Amino acid sequence: MICASFLPRSVNLMLPPILTVQNLNVTFAAGAKQLCALENISFALRAREFICFLGPSGSGKTTLLRVLAGLQKPTAGAAQFQLAQTPKIGMVFQQANLMPWRTVLENIKLPLELEGVSDANAKLKAQELIELVGLRGFENSLPRDLSGGMAQRVGLARALIHNPDLLLLDEPFASLDALTRERMWGELSMIWQAKQKTVVMVTHSIHEALFLADRVLVLTQRPGKIKLDLPVNLPRPRADDVRYTHQFGEMAKKLRAAIE
Amino acid sequence: MKPFISRLLGVGSILLFIPLWELIVRVSGLPKFILPSPADVALRFVKALADGSLWIHTGQTLTEILLGLFFGASFATILGYFLAKSYLLESILAPYLVASQAIPIVAVAPLLALWLGPGSASKVLICSLIVFFPILVNTIVGVRAVPAALYDLLRALHATRWQILFKLEIPAALPVLLGGLRVGATLSVIGAIVGELVDAKQGLGFLLKLGDFQYDTSMVFVAVLMLAALALSLYGLVTLLEKKFLKWMK
Repeated sequence: MICASFLPRSVNLMLPPILTVQNLNVTFAAGAKQLCALENISFALRAREFICFLGPSGSGKTTLLRVLAGLQKPTAGAAQFQLAQTPKIGMVFQQANLMPWRTVLENIKLPLELEGVSDANAKLKAQELIELVGLRGFENSLPRDLSGGMAQRVGLARALIHNPDLLLLDEPFASLDALTRERMWGELSMIWQAKQKTVVMVTHSIHEALFLADRVLVLTQRPGKIKLDLPVNLPRPRADDVRYTHQFGEMAKKLRAAIE
Repeated sequence: MKPFISRLLGVGSILLFIPLWELIVRVSGLPKFILPSPADVALRFVKALADGSLWIHTGQTLTEILLGLFFGASFATILGYFLAKSYLLESILAPYLVASQAIPIVAVAPLLALWLGPGSASKVLICSLIVFFPILVNTIVGVRAVPAALYDLLRALHATRWQILFKLEIPAALPVLLGGLRVGATLSVIGAIVGELVDAKQGLGFLLKLGDFQYDTSMVFVAVLMLAALALSLYGLVTLLEKKFLKWMK
């Protein structure tokens, strides 16, 4: 299963896009003024691709994810999925966003409950994901007893359990300390390779974007426009020390220049 | 302090109260119709229990309280939910709701008794009205406090309206809802008594008035103690509900 990710990227590029975003505009009314959050955003996303939107705060990153999740209607343009059914979305939020009255297991199985999967099957699947994110033994813990990193792992497991067509990550590691964050990069990278998910992540960390993504798209500050679309041709699986290579440094420099 | 010691002290202070009461009666030498002794009250209690009258009156009042609480709390919760969801509805209804609070329910009790007669209907209505507002306000506060990010999560997962209600809104608002019910439960006892004091043929309020007219002060004490017991039981019931449903809050 993991082998697929070692194939050359050209294989991936031959797959048809599962999502095309065309001339997307989102404008908010702010009093008498119009606030343009996103302007003319166009990109295509292929199955199993991991793309990262990089930008400063106020570049409309979260707005873009909300449009893809169907939570925000675009003012103009559209985000269109090339799928047979309505797209299933898995979403990971900046704060873990768990239900405090549910245990770890109950939080993780929520998406299956909503789909009407039988409780026994949902629990079985949730247990599988608990193993995947390394939370065995915490099935019956409540969110208030979890550390930030553990809570975020629960959030990730919940986003994956219903086998979504698209995984949306909204700065999922922004609230974690630096060491936990870097460990989570490794884990996410592993899970992504194992599960073969299509991912859109937004972040303001250049290192995070380069370490995880196949492609990094830089958004400008208000209004958010795509300023750079940089393919990341680093071999996978990426080890920690990929960040100290010359190639990584060069790309980081390019991204940094694009942001400013 | 250990919970066991704290409970022991609580029981001890109640046990100390009875001899103190007895002492006051003896030292002051007040007649029985002004201040009966604990023994007088206990005797009267047994007598009322034996002739069955206490059961009938307590049952009557309890029925009014529970019906009033049920109607008042249900209506307040349902209306509160829609008010929480719609600022438009809130703007339209707010003047009436505020005005209704400006009128002391106790003051309109005679009117309600006049219109609805001396039966239980007027008591149930007064009860409902008195518990209505605190539960309404708590429902609005509770439903509005449901985190927006959790709504996003459920909508992104294509949850239905009912799934959002049962899997998110009710459990998230439950601590505040039960807080409102706790206030409502104690208020409902007041509502029933006010109604019965105005005009009734039965109930603890009626017993209270009867004892007062007949200088049977021991009976007044019995009625008051029964009312306190009812209020405490209701309060305890809500606490039990909280223990069962809010385990996650500890």
